[in-house]
Amino acid sequence: MAINTDKNSYTILFAVIMVLVVGSLLAGFASGLKPRILANERFEKQQNILYTLGVNNNEGPNDVEFISTDIVEAEFKKYITRQIVIEGDKETDNDQAYLIDIKKEAKKAKKSDYTRRLPLFIGEINGKEIYVVPVRGKGLWDAIWGFIAMDKTMTIHGVYFDHKGETPGLGAVINQRFFMDDFAGESFMLNGSFKGITVTKGNNDPKNLDKTDQEVDALAGATITGDGLSAMLKKDIKMYLPYFKKLNER
Amino acid sequence: MRLLSKKDSRLILDPLADNNPITIQVLGVCSALAITAQLKPSIVMAISVIFVLGIGNVVISLLRNIIPSKIRIIVQLIIVAALVIMVDQVLKAFAYTLSKELSVFIGLIITNCIIMGRFEAFALGNGPWRSFLDGVGNALGYGVILIIVGFFRELLGSGTLFGFKVLGDSVEKTGLYAIGYENNGFMVLPPMALIVVGIIIWVQRSRNKELIEEH
Repeated sequence: MAINTDKNSYTILFAVIMVLVVGSLLAGFASGLKPRILANERFEKQQNILYTLGVNNNEGPNDVEFISTDIVEAEFKKYITRQIVIEGDKETDNDQAYLIDIKKEAKKAKKSDYTRRLPLFIGEINGKEIYVVPVRGKGLWDAIWGFIAMDKTMTIHGVYFDHKGETPGLGAVINQRFFMDDFAGESFMLNGSFKGITVTKGNNDPKNLDKTDQEVDALAGATITGDGLSAMLKKDIKMYLPYFKKLNER
Repeated sequence: MRLLSKKDSRLILDPLADNNPITIQVLGVCSALAITAQLKPSIVMAISVIFVLGIGNVVISLLRNIIPSKIRIIVQLIIVAALVIMVDQVLKAFAYTLSKELSVFIGLIITNCIIMGRFEAFALGNGPWRSFLDGVGNALGYGVILIIVGFFRELLGSGTLFGFKVLGDSVEKTGLYAIGYENNGFMVLPPMALIVVGIIIWVQRSRNKELIEEH
């Protein structure tokens, strides 16, 4: 049986059927798998936050290994003692704070009558309180984000960065140890005022031994990703400044 | 009985050298430049393309007699995009870490010209088994070049392979670095990939004179 595939009616019929079949197939896949995907994303956030606190399965010097998804929820409850949401001067406890979508919050905050909700997670490591905040910014191709864990003087305890579509081998290496580990010990504050931390070329400190220069050695071939990361840190961490000021006055 | 007839095994072997999609047909160069700064992403990309091109070729081949020729390119594009999205969704649900690793590649696979090229040039006119072999063969040919380029770019650009410091530590000045060796920062940038691909083409053509066009 030969079909005349050149007829216009056949072409249109084929197109319609194909769109219906492919469309429903994709929709079915997406909705069927959605609960699992959402659960995975939730676990990932918890894993990321715990990673910045130093709760991870790293063994070798280059490992970025999260704790397993089976135990992450229990561990998250154990280490994260408080989750709060900051709205203006108000702070409210909310144990779902880590689920706040900061991309949506940033979008809503563009309207003048909206006070942005800022999530903050307080964990305890070796008897010291550590504050973890989420950040989100722009890399070269797409979004970059991360979590910054710091003590109350805004000195970094640990960081985790991730990206959506940075170039593999160049900007994409922001989630590697040799870059992330450089941030530990650096401070956002200089002589009592907020300065941020800059990813910079030519700081002449590739081993990053100088922890008071507010600078971290840049990545080769990833200038724009690095600049985006510096801007992200300055902008998003600054929003938490009033909270940390209050914290230090207490 | 041999597993593959002589004709069938040519489908796999030809694209590896004398009819390589990158060096001879100059297809798929965009992704060869974009993701070869390190060896690991090169390998991940090679495996992903083998998978998508093998299956995509079979699907197209099965549908080859009912696809209207006027809209065949659109049909091909939809099939490869749907295939890739489905794989992505399944990975996100059942192998989340792997899907994070692949994130960038998903988009790059859809736009890879080798895939459309093989659909159009081979799968539309051949049976499913031969199309499958052709798809795997071409993806292998693509992958081999990717891995060669990735190997040299990571080794000479960063002094590492799979992230391991094979030439010594450039900061601590050990190994080769102790005698004054320096990494070539240009190697990690995309233009150098083009030059490396150019060198591969040059070597290949000087070894096999039949590949040189007459002008």
